[in-house]
Amino acid sequence: MNEIEGDSPEQILEQLSAVAEQAERAVLEASSAEDVEELRVRYLGRKAVLTQVLRSVAKLPVEQRAEIGKRGNEARHALEALIAERAATLEGDELDHRLAGERVDVTLPGDPPISVGHLHLITSTRREIEDVFIGLGYKVLEGPEVETDYYNFTALNHPPGHPARMLQDTFYFSDEVLLRTHTSPMQVRVMESQPPPVYGIFPGRVYRRDSDATHTPMFNQIEGLAVDEGLTLADLQGTLLEFARAIFGAVREVRLRPHFFPFTEPSVEVDVSCFACDASGRLADGLCDPLCKGSGWIEIAGAGMVDPNVFEFVREQGYDPELVQGFAFGLGIDRIAMLKHAVPDLRLLFENDLRFLEQF
Amino acid sequence: MKVPVSWLSEYCDPGLSSAQLRDVLAMSGTEVERVSRFGIPAENGNSGMFKVGRVLSVEKHPDADRLSVCRVWLSESDERTIVCGAPNVAVEQTVMVALPGAVLPDGTKLGRATLRGVASDGMILSETEIALGDDAGGIIELPGALEPGSEAASHVPLGDDVLEFEITPNRPDCLAVYGVARELHAATGSPLAAEPGDADAVAAGKGKADDLLTVTVADHSLCPRFSTRVFTDVEVGPSPLWLRQRLLAAGQRPISNVVDITNYVMLLIGQPMHAFDLDRVAEATLHVRAAKEGERLVTLDGETRLFDSDAVLVCDGDGPAGIGGIMGGATSEVSERTVRVAMEAATWNGTNILQTSKKLALRSEASNRFEKQLHPELALQAQRVAARLMVEVCGAKMVPGTIDVAGEIAPVPRITLRSQRVDGLLGERIEPEQSREILERLGFSVESTGADLVVVVPYFRAVDVTREADLIEEVARIHGLDKLPATLPSRRYAIGGLSSQQRLRRGAEDLLRGQGLCEVVSFSFIAPDAVDGLRLARDDQRRRVLHLANPLSEDQSAMRTTLLPGLLEVARRNLARDITSLRLFESGRVFLSNGPDKLPDERVALGALLAGDYLPRTWRSPARQPDLYSAKALLGALLEQLGVEWMLADGGPAFLHPGRAAQILAAGHECGYVGELHPLVGRAFGLAELERPPAVFELDLTEILETAVEATRYKDLITLPAVYQDIAVVVEEAVEAQTVIECVRSGGGPELRSVEVFDLYRGEQLEPGKKSVALRLEFRSAERTLTDEDAAALRERIKKELADELGAALREGPRG
Repeated sequence: MNEIEGDSPEQILEQLSAVAEQAERAVLEASSAEDVEELRVRYLGRKAVLTQVLRSVAKLPVEQRAEIGKRGNEARHALEALIAERAATLEGDELDHRLAGERVDVTLPGDPPISVGHLHLITSTRREIEDVFIGLGYKVLEGPEVETDYYNFTALNHPPGHPARMLQDTFYFSDEVLLRTHTSPMQVRVMESQPPPVYGIFPGRVYRRDSDATHTPMFNQIEGLAVDEGLTLADLQGTLLEFARAIFGAVREVRLRPHFFPFTEPSVEVDVSCFACDASGRLADGLCDPLCKGSGWIEIAGAGMVDPNVFEFVREQGYDPELVQGFAFGLGIDRIAMLKHAVPDLRLLFENDLRFLEQF
Repeated sequence: MKVPVSWLSEYCDPGLSSAQLRDVLAMSGTEVERVSRFGIPAENGNSGMFKVGRVLSVEKHPDADRLSVCRVWLSESDERTIVCGAPNVAVEQTVMVALPGAVLPDGTKLGRATLRGVASDGMILSETEIALGDDAGGIIELPGALEPGSEAASHVPLGDDVLEFEITPNRPDCLAVYGVARELHAATGSPLAAEPGDADAVAAGKGKADDLLTVTVADHSLCPRFSTRVFTDVEVGPSPLWLRQRLLAAGQRPISNVVDITNYVMLLIGQPMHAFDLDRVAEATLHVRAAKEGERLVTLDGETRLFDSDAVLVCDGDGPAGIGGIMGGATSEVSERTVRVAMEAATWNGTNILQTSKKLALRSEASNRFEKQLHPELALQAQRVAARLMVEVCGAKMVPGTIDVAGEIAPVPRITLRSQRVDGLLGERIEPEQSREILERLGFSVESTGADLVVVVPYFRAVDVTREADLIEEVARIHGLDKLPATLPSRRYAIGGLSSQQRLRRGAEDLLRGQGLCEVVSFSFIAPDAVDGLRLARDDQRRRVLHLANPLSEDQSAMRTTLLPGLLEVARRNLARDITSLRLFESGRVFLSNGPDKLPDERVALGALLAGDYLPRTWRSPARQPDLYSAKALLGALLEQLGVEWMLADGGPAFLHPGRAAQILAAGHECGYVGELHPLVGRAFGLAELERPPAVFELDLTEILETAVEATRYKDLITLPAVYQDIAVVVEEAVEAQTVIECVRSGGGPELRSVEVFDLYRGEQLEPGKKSVALRLEFRSAERTLTDEDAAALRERIKKELADELGAALREGPRG
């Protein structure tokens, strides 16, 4: 350890710069954080040369103290900064070295992701359709799946012995109680429960005694009913156009084709322009589009203006066919899901194979 | 309904292709399912490959007994050798020849063939080869007057496009070629030929029909009209080619000329007919009456039919001879020996026909039309069409007079059509003049002009069109729905949305999805023995099973009372396909029977099933099999999201492991179960291979959603911070965690906000038979910030309560 020799201000300053220079060199040459710490103690500790130099200032005459004290502090601060910087550099290098030793095989698989669940395609499609009609001002209402003959047929203008009853193969529990063959029974149930206007959609399971490649004994429909003053067939067309564009794309068109349902008059079937071939009937390779069978149109709904005979069943609730008019429509949820997602077989929807379900 | 285009064109021919006809008719309301081809294909001039030829010579084939070598003359420059296998080929015959290159109806392309060493330059055709019949035994002999070399198709229909319609039940008039022609006329404006029944045959027979046959009808409500005509000198035989071709193209098998005429009339104008061999009608009387209970008849198809008193029979002197409107009997059937025919055209009660044919499980072309209620006028039209054909085709003589037994026939409807109503219902302006034109084209007559029209409905639409709305539909569909504008309702008070319960249900489903579960959709049907497989107690309400009277199969013959069988089936099916990580849920209705005559209680249930490698194996953690606690965690998350106060109570249903199952109580009501499946139930549902039985829960959402809270009120958990304390409570092994928690709660009072079990210890540091339950306590005051001293005081109160109530001690230690 260097002793301070002599105590003239000049001597002190000389010593000071010599020590500072020596310390600086030593710090820069240090090769580990440990060495740096040792140098810190040696040059800046209580017994260190620099410390002593600063202490010896006390012995100088007052007029000389300020200059030397200032220079001493400057040297000390510079050395402190240098030591801190050198220590940080060395510690960083040492950490890098250690981390390099902790290397893992990055090609091993990651932890399994927190498993992602799935709504059934029918549920997600049903919700999508519901949300479109909610936006159009419709409420979502649900009714019983086990129905009476009255609501399923009679009040929908299929009196007993009506040939239209033959169109639907019905599951019965008894003469009067059956599984609803469509969601239409809710039309009369809803009108019984509230006066006009009505804007409602009625989703749910329906059942027909039919099972083959394109039919399952249970499937899903959404019925829509709007009853108000002055509703027209053109309003029905506009409503279903909005629906078709929301579900199948903004450039879709719809067309109404005359049809027959006992509980609507006029009755129509509703086609949407084909989204696979853009209504041309031909795919890009020139082949006939199998989705629309080359017609450019795909049937998506049955619909019509509510038949005055249906209103007669709820006339007392305020449904005078001379005063209110309405339209109703029925959409197949399963069919729309299949169309949108190119599902080739209806039965896939009910087999519940996870390899199917997890795709949606 | 199959309509051959050539037949249709005879009555209305707008000069359109088959595809255009399909589109025009579909857009005006007569849906075409498909356009098919009957007979030879039309493409590439194929019909030019079929010619008329004359046989010049016939010689035996040198090497084949059954073959003949024929020289056939087609023209000066075309004489060819054709090898023929038909026994009836003969010199001077005029025949139909298919040239090499011709394509036959079955798609075969004819080549030049060498038959046993003799080259054959074409083929002499029999009926089967061109789909004109099933007589393969001999060639077709054409009339000698036909010129050889001319195209056969210009004399005999060889091929036809066929429009296959899907006719809706309100339009029996379109189950007929002429009815479709009328639609085509309305849609295109192309002229319509006169009704086929307008012209009648000359009655050239002797005597009076009334003298030859007596007809009575007991009840005109069941049979509004029964008309009969009598024909003599009938020559029964095969029908001419043109008639057979039309029937075949329309899908009807030719039988004999008399029967074919009845079918032809039915296909042409929609009125089924029946021909009796008058000499086999016992006592020459026909009587129409209701059947007697238990009466029997052998119908034309050879089946014995048994009737109840709702069926209507046509009887002769010996008893039943036919089921009115559905099928005739075998006894008075027309045969080759028939010479006198009684031709029936009747009108039946549609509802009665529908019910009878349903009961007998016997539907025929006739019943399919009668059940839709035909008008009595049509029967007389049919008599006239049939009479002309009987004379023309069978050489018959019509005996003067029609035996017409008819009740009072209701007048056709007269309806006022208000122009303003037309516009108001359609949302488009349609001039009254235009409505009038459309209705007239459809066969309606319109009596007055001006804004309102008085419309008289034609007989063939009298059942279907009875109200103003029906007329508006007619106007709209012919005017063209494609011309309608697309508008939106100007809504009043229409605020869309889900109900609170629907939102909550969506939230519950979303939560389970968020927890990694996959939603399934099972059929609502179960096998009735599923409730036994579930080992349900006698009084378990899940035994309130509603049974279908007419199921598709025994496996699907009952309505589910719980979602569990469906979930188990989905699990079984996926496991069988080596999909072993199962986290499933279903949200749907269950049905609790109130007897088959009453609507059941329908409840929305939410069920979940965890099975197999519930958390799959990875390279750094083993697979985890689910247990009660896995299911309970999901259940808790769900019920907390729904804002429902809940707890579990002992005593799960019998299909669960007796020691690992519980009832779910929400707001004090039992509303579901949670637990591990009983191994025997697992076995019954095909899940025996699983290492551990599935963990399941099911909730009665209908019940839960009544107490659920959608929008909770804000609670201030921020301004005044909580103080936490951990304690470990040493209790007897038998004491349940819930008991400890309740005791702690009662000691902690209102400032104790939550108690959570975070550890459970059994072992050396405790006396045998004891366990230590470690709890984290959260204290919070609504009025002030709690200090550590406050917490210590509360802890003392809890300690005392535990000691007094449970004899439990706090385990003081590093956690204390």
